[in-house]
Formats: sequence, C-alpha cells, structure tokens
Amino acid sequence: MSCAQTFTDYAFRALGYGERALPKADISLCEQIVLIGSGLIWNVYFAVVALGFGFFFASLVAFGRASDRKWLSLPAATFIFLVRGSPLFIQFFIVYETFVLLPKVGWDINLGFIEIGIETRWLTRAWLGAAIVLFLNTSAYTAQIFYGALKSVPRGDIEAARAIGMNTVQINRRIIWPTMLRLAWPSYTNEAIFLFHATALVFFSSFPAWQQRGDSLYYASYFADKTFNPFVPYPIIAGFFILFTILLILLFGWANKRLNRHLS
Amino acid sequence: MFNHCADPSLVDGLSWWSCYLTTGKHINFYQSFLVVFALLLLTVPIILAFGFAGALARRSRMLPVRWFGLGYTSMVRGIPDIIFFLFVPIAMDQGIEYLRHQWKCSDWLEPVRQGNDFVVCTAAKMPLGISPQWVHETYGFLLATLAFAIVFGAFAANTLHGALGAVPKAQLETAAAFGMSRGQIFRRIHLPQMWAYALPGLSNLWMILIKATPLLFLLGVEDIVYWARELGGTKTARFAYPHPDWRLGYFLVLLVFYLGLTWVSEKFFNNLTRRVSKGQTTIGGTV
Repeated sequence: MSCAQTFTDYAFRALGYGERALPKADISLCEQIVLIGSGLIWNVYFAVVALGFGFFFASLVAFGRASDRKWLSLPAATFIFLVRGSPLFIQFFIVYETFVLLPKVGWDINLGFIEIGIETRWLTRAWLGAAIVLFLNTSAYTAQIFYGALKSVPRGDIEAARAIGMNTVQINRRIIWPTMLRLAWPSYTNEAIFLFHATALVFFSSFPAWQQRGDSLYYASYFADKTFNPFVPYPIIAGFFILFTILLILLFGWANKRLNRHLS
Repeated sequence: MFNHCADPSLVDGLSWWSCYLTTGKHINFYQSFLVVFALLLLTVPIILAFGFAGALARRSRMLPVRWFGLGYTSMVRGIPDIIFFLFVPIAMDQGIEYLRHQWKCSDWLEPVRQGNDFVVCTAAKMPLGISPQWVHETYGFLLATLAFAIVFGAFAANTLHGALGAVPKAQLETAAAFGMSRGQIFRRIHLPQMWAYALPGLSNLWMILIKATPLLFLLGVEDIVYWARELGGTKTARFAYPHPDWRLGYFLVLLVFYLGLTWVSEKFFNNLTRRVSKGQTTIGGTV
C-alpha cells in the first residue's frame, strides 16, 4: 500500500473518517506517522478548547481571589487549592465517575431558529468530559499565576488612573488586567505548554476512546503494543510534540511582543 | 481480622464497616500508600544527581558535553512526561535483555526482532522466567523509578542551572581573588549560595513529582490507583461484601490524601525557604 493511500485512509481516522480497522500486521513506518499525526488532532483540540475558555475563566477567578469580599475570594481560593493540590490523573477519574453516575437525560433547547438537543451522556465522552476537566485544571493554575501578577501591578499605575478620573471598572479593564497579563505572560506560556502535554493523558485515564478514535499517544502505545518495538512510535510522537510545542512557544512569544509593544 | 467477621453476611452497620475496611485487599490498599512514599524517597536522590549532572554538563567547558546537557534539559520542555513514562521502562527492559542476549547466547543466529516479536534466549530474560513474583514486581518498580528520575532530573537540571547562574558574580570573583581553586570556589562559595535560588524551583518540582505519582498505575505497578479501582468496582452478591460502584468514594479518599500531602509539603518548604534565605542578599534574606 502506498503512503498516499495510507494518508487518505488514516489521516482523519481519529475523527472517525476513513478506514475503520486499524493496521494490524506488517505495520509500515508511514502508517505509524499518519495515524499518530491523526491523533494529534485531539491533542490540539483539547489544548485549544481548554486554553481558550480557561484564559477568561482564570481572569475571573484571579480577580475573585484578589477581591476584598469574602464570598468571592473564598470560593476562588478553594477552587485553586483543590485543583492545584491534587493530581490531574485523579481529577480525571473523579470527574469521569461523577459524570457516569449522573442520570441519563436529555433536553431540547430551542434557540428560535434551530433546536439543539443536549444530553448528559455526552459528559462521559472524552470530547466534552475530558475537555471540561482540562479546562478546570488550566483555569486553576492560570488563575494562581494571574493572581500573583495581579499582586505585583505597580500601585502608582492605579493611583495615576484614579487621578485622571477613571472608575473602578475602567481601572480594572484598562490598567490592571493588561498589566497583569504582561507580567504573567512568561509563566502563562509555561502553563500552556504543560496543559498541551497533559492532553496526552486523556485516553490513559478513565475516558474511553470510542471506536478507537484516540489521541496521538493512544495510537503510539497501540503501535508499541502491536509491534513490540517502542523505538519507532514513541520517537515519532515525541517529534510531533516537539514541533507543536515550538509552534506554541512562537505563538505565545508573538502575543508577548504585542503585550509589551509600548515598552522600549 | 476480627472474630465477628467470620461470616460477613451476618454483620451490619458499624461492625460491617469494621469488617469491610479490614479485609486482606484493604490491607493491600493501605500498604500501597507506602509505594507512593517509596517512589518519592527513592527518586529524590537520583533526581538531584541527574539534575546536578545535567546542570554541570550545561556549564562544561567542552562543547559536546554542553550540547548533551542542553539536549537533556530541553527535551522535557518539548515532550510530555507521560511519553517518557511509557517509553523508558520498555526501552530499558528490551535494551538490557538485548545486551544479556549478546553476552550469554552469542551462538544464537536468528535476529532478535522477528516481525512483531522480540525474541531473546531464555537465559537472557530479565528477570529470569523462574524468578518469584516479587522479583518481577520489584524490577518493574525500579524501571518505573528510573523513568521518573530521568524526566524529573531534566527539570531539576533546568532549575539548578538557573540557580548556579543566579549567584552574584562578585562573590565568585572575590573568592578567586582570595586565591581559592576552582573546586574550592564551587564547594565553599557557589554551591552553598545556590540553594537559596534553587529552592523555589525545587519545591515546585517536588509538588509536580507528588502529582505525577499516580501515573505509576499506567506502568503496571499495583499502587493506590490500582487498588482504588479494584476495591471500588461493583461487587455482586457473589462477593463477601457486596456493594454498588464505590469508585468515586475511593478516588475522593485519594484526593484527600494528595491534598494533605501537598499542603504539608507547602508548609515545609515555606519554613525551609525562610531558613535558607537567612543572611542572603535578597529581599527575603534581609529579615
């Protein structure tokens, strides 16, 4: 089988398109590269969803943590402590078991022009359940980073903003939040890398890979099991992850430059 | 364990719990917490050794050694740790068996890799097929320990490299002016001052290490996650102590265990930081 044929068969196998059966005998290098690369779609998906939503939620939690009001700061601090103090692996198990115990119900939500069915059993699927776990996880870590940065926003900046007549909302949005991001960005970059790497855990914890649609590590370990040769699939997946980590660092470096563009 | 537990179907209420929580499997579960501590205690010295080796390699005056150090410390930034945890034990296992195969069965003509099989002669098996079960388990645990040490050694090397670079140059130059040799400067001036800078990074690393311990389960070690899943699963009436799916409860116990462990560690490191930074020329040290 040619490599181009393999590509059309397996490039989107992780999403359920293409050949149904995974390669079993005479596994070629091409098949390993294509299928592991296909699984990487899931890693990127989880990272984008968790980081995208987590960024905004973490900002909220960080401001809540820094608030003078006890009913805001206490839940925020508890959330951060619970998530940062326990292993992600255990969090996956706990959340999955909780979702499994939920009653199986569905709702139809009418949005006027379209009707959407929502079912609780989606929560036991990796695409939603694992994304929620990763979202909560990165939110807590990021909130702690943002909170630390929030504490080191120069007092003079805030006084100057008050002096020119900004109200609290304006100060928070225009002065504190951007400065906080600028200060937190190097640490946040690290957290983003960790989160991206943590996506490899999804199918190794409790969430099952439905119809063998797994992430890159799922396929890599599948090949290592089948060929009993770890020296091919694991270097392949390592190469993929190094490549995407470099892309992530470039992306965050570009954002960092934008955040600091007013400084010489 | 207790006398009244002889027939589990007769007890209920509090005595049911006293019997249920002292079954042989539960004793195994409690002992598996020791596995976590064993891993932590075993890996920490190796991690520090790897970390020092990596950090010193990065500062070496020989270019190839420096490159090696840079490669070693950079790899954990690009590759997820779980890939190492899956790769290192099986790779080490096959590597060791291959070497023993070359040494013990040099008259063996067939290749080691035959299609999808990895074949070595019986004498080269590691551990030997006739070895008792505990040898196999210990061997697996040691390979897992090595995987942890390699990954976290690279993290530690990053931290120590940064800390070694953070010691004020003037301190080292003064020492050189006093006529100290390179070794003396390193042992008496550089190393003692380095710790204050390394401690935040190392304490952070310890936290990450604690939170990586449940991954032992993926390596086939019978750790707390293994037993929590084993004991929590639904037990039908065929079992002595039938109960529905209690895995959530067991995992909540693990959650509390880890929260406690990280909480205690945080307190400990806060104390240590205060002590190490005493007399240092940093903000924390002026008090």
